[in-house]
Amino acid sequence: MKEQLLDSMDIERERGITIKANTVRIDYTADNGETYVLNLIDTPGHVDFAYEVSRSMRAVEGSLLVVDSTQGVEAQTLANVYQAIDADHEIVPVLNKIDLPASDCDRVAEQIEDVIGIDASDAIRVSAKTGQGIHETLEAIVHKLPAPQGTLDAPLKAMLVDSWYDAYLGVIVLVRIMDGTLKKGMRVKFMSNGTLHHVDRVGVFRPQMQMINSLGPGEIGFLTASIKQVRDTRVGDTITNDRNGTEVALPGFKPAQPVVFCGLFPVDSAEFEDLRDAIEKLALNDASFSYEMETSAALGFGFRCGFLGLLHLEVIRDRIEREYDIDLITTAPSVIYHVYMKDGAMIELHNPADMPDLSKVDHLEEPRIKATILVPDEYLGDVLKLCQDRRGIQMDLTYAGQRAMVVYDLPLNEVVFDFYDRLKSVTKGYASFDYQMTGYRQDALVKMSILVNDEPVDALSTMVHRDRAEMRGRAMCEKLKDLIPRHMFKIPIQAAIGGKVIARETLSALRKDVTAKCYGGDATRKRKLLDKQKAGKKKMRQFGKVDIPQEAFISALKMDG
Amino acid sequence: MADDWRSGGFGLYVHWPFCEAKCPYCDFNSHVSNNIDQKQWLTAYLSELRRSAVETPDRVLNTIFFGGGTPSLMDPETVAAVIGEARALWRPSNTMEITLEANPGSVEAGRFAAYRDAGVNRISMGVQALNDEDLRRLGRIHTVAEARAAFDIARDCFERVSFDLIYARQHQTLDAWRAELNDALSMAVDHLSLYQLTIEDGTAFADRYAVGKLRGLPEDDSAADMYLATQEICEKHGLPAYEVSNHARPGAESQHNLVYWRYGDYVGIGPGAHGRITVDGQKHATETQLNPQRWLDAATKGDGEKKRYVLSPKEQANEYLMMGMRISEGLDIGRWAALSGRPLSDESVDHLVGINMIERDNNRLRATPAGRAVLNAVIRELMG
Repeated sequence: MKEQLLDSMDIERERGITIKANTVRIDYTADNGETYVLNLIDTPGHVDFAYEVSRSMRAVEGSLLVVDSTQGVEAQTLANVYQAIDADHEIVPVLNKIDLPASDCDRVAEQIEDVIGIDASDAIRVSAKTGQGIHETLEAIVHKLPAPQGTLDAPLKAMLVDSWYDAYLGVIVLVRIMDGTLKKGMRVKFMSNGTLHHVDRVGVFRPQMQMINSLGPGEIGFLTASIKQVRDTRVGDTITNDRNGTEVALPGFKPAQPVVFCGLFPVDSAEFEDLRDAIEKLALNDASFSYEMETSAALGFGFRCGFLGLLHLEVIRDRIEREYDIDLITTAPSVIYHVYMKDGAMIELHNPADMPDLSKVDHLEEPRIKATILVPDEYLGDVLKLCQDRRGIQMDLTYAGQRAMVVYDLPLNEVVFDFYDRLKSVTKGYASFDYQMTGYRQDALVKMSILVNDEPVDALSTMVHRDRAEMRGRAMCEKLKDLIPRHMFKIPIQAAIGGKVIARETLSALRKDVTAKCYGGDATRKRKLLDKQKAGKKKMRQFGKVDIPQEAFISALKMDG
Repeated sequence: MADDWRSGGFGLYVHWPFCEAKCPYCDFNSHVSNNIDQKQWLTAYLSELRRSAVETPDRVLNTIFFGGGTPSLMDPETVAAVIGEARALWRPSNTMEITLEANPGSVEAGRFAAYRDAGVNRISMGVQALNDEDLRRLGRIHTVAEARAAFDIARDCFERVSFDLIYARQHQTLDAWRAELNDALSMAVDHLSLYQLTIEDGTAFADRYAVGKLRGLPEDDSAADMYLATQEICEKHGLPAYEVSNHARPGAESQHNLVYWRYGDYVGIGPGAHGRITVDGQKHATETQLNPQRWLDAATKGDGEKKRYVLSPKEQANEYLMMGMRISEGLDIGRWAALSGRPLSDESVDHLVGINMIERDNNRLRATPAGRAVLNAVIRELMG
């Protein structure tokens, strides 16, 4: 059998992560001789995809809490367990990867009890690789988790769990049947908007698609109904019969809201239409990803895109670059600021470049998060320093064995960029991190502009805290000085707030770049070399006469140490 | 563009691929062999000359250049026969320049008179450094004393003598180079080639450089200072730069190399030799077999060429730009536009004039001294 069977995207396989929840149905003959139909959903763990977890949990009766016995409980483990508890799930703890030498089941079981507070004394010890413990896990599903309830004779009541576009079948709608029967050929109603559809296929995933005639209560499967666009389906919707359907719709889910925004621009401006095409196609299958066209003086035409978090941003960007082969310039990630105007109006600011005239602004508010970090205590000092440096306010600090759990109130804008990378780096990868949005708070925020050769580069504008502006400005100017290649003339690089320059560096002029020997036999080779260099130059963005490499737009913002 | 090459003239390059030892900085097509049948090589050269002459009939031949490798390892008879055949195949110019590159060793110096009798009228010597320690570092097998002695013999035999030095060497200071250059200028006859040490791919220096074992190379800024000092000192001594790395008394410029830089036509024969020849109104790039034995076999059978293609207008324009901007007489703007099919970008030209990298007058563009030091950047800005 193929490894990582349910993680089919390249990015999922490469990073060993799950982005998209996947379902699988298996028939299991238990030790008692009975055959059970099990409907399983594999969910992502990362905080960015928490909404996938929460809606998956509403579609099932219980959860397997799979903890890596070599790593132990991580911050996102906590978040996901709390979701399962909220969903009233029966939880079966499973310790995985016991075949590895670093596995320490007793310690990890203790951790689950200490940190999460659930009984882990009979946690199942599993190696998915060798198959050890799989039998026990399946028995536990049969005996410990409640069987689905639901009435076969009742009107159809199905939860729309997910939907995605398939080039051959159109939109595929993943459903969990609560009551009644979903049959091929019947007409159904989507209760949120009242649309009617003719069901042309009903099926299940095993994990490959298998068409069947009907789905009954407790079953998870899919339907197709000649639906053209994913946006015609709403995740969490209730599907029922077109006539005499159920009266009461399911509660539904809160749609996932993008919290991190950045600009995506094609390196080659001729690829704008290709980029539009790529973004539209990706958005077809990802309702949580938002986009609108953006024009930048520096970068030309592109899109301002909203993401659930940084991993989500990276995934989308990677997919555009790989699957659609478009080189991208990604601008600094930003959050949504609330700009309160003197006339009482409030503007949601997605892009620092759109900051209104300061004289009309009363004050700004920024989103804050509650961050939970689990870290071995030897790295605690570094973690606290990192959080303090990012304007964090410590809320809680507790210990469980050798591990500390620290909770911070942090501004989201200090986290969206490289916080996670820095956290991993100062803790040698041992810290785990999870967060949730807590609301907005006023603070002394200013827009910092960057001027290269006396011209503002709008794509490098950022919102910063006034007290940190000078430090950030200096750091960015120094970074840019290293990132921009020398030109034939010297280039001032400045950071400014309003009209006031707060930091300045000068990139000195190129003094020597000449081929010493160039005779008849060198003509071909040297011409090709210059051609190649010229093509490299075209890959950079020109601001006035200054070429800025694409990586500069992101690298300039990274804060080391 | 049938007659474009006439603006640059017509020359012949003859490549002799053998050396007594391979220098660690050299990326030329050179090989060490002690089993060379000069007669067989001559036969091959003559056959290649005839093949090339068929394509370029009735032309005035302005120059011949024997390069390498170490062509001062060629028998003078071989050299004489090649020159004789070239004179017979084309119409020799009255002032034909015939240069031979020579190693400054005592053995070679003994052959100088014979080369003169064979028709060579200019010698270019690879002296490279005027101190023994640095000569050893550069992997040269001669000493400074040998070089000076060979140079004296060359001066007795030829009216025109040039020599090469390499600078911006390991551990070389600006002051040390100034002193060495002044020393060189006191020896110089009418021409000097002064090259900044360049780490070329595929050389022993490149391998050492890659593993951090080539220490003490000057930083770019001090290399730039050395370059500017070189221009100044040579100018003061009456040998101004007429090209990025070449200095001459006015009138003593290398006519052969000017064919390249004025983007004329040239026939290249011998292993790995490149040519630019206009045939049926189209400029062709030609390349011969690189491997000496393979070339010898192919040339003996009648065709040593490995590759040929027609240069597009853009390629021709870029080559002319790259070559023409190297010399002090600069680039003919109208000629560039005719080759390219479009004019140079006014915006780029204005920008470069504005930052004092180039000068424009009448119909020509020239690099300023500052512009010449960053000529690759200037060319990239102007390229189509």
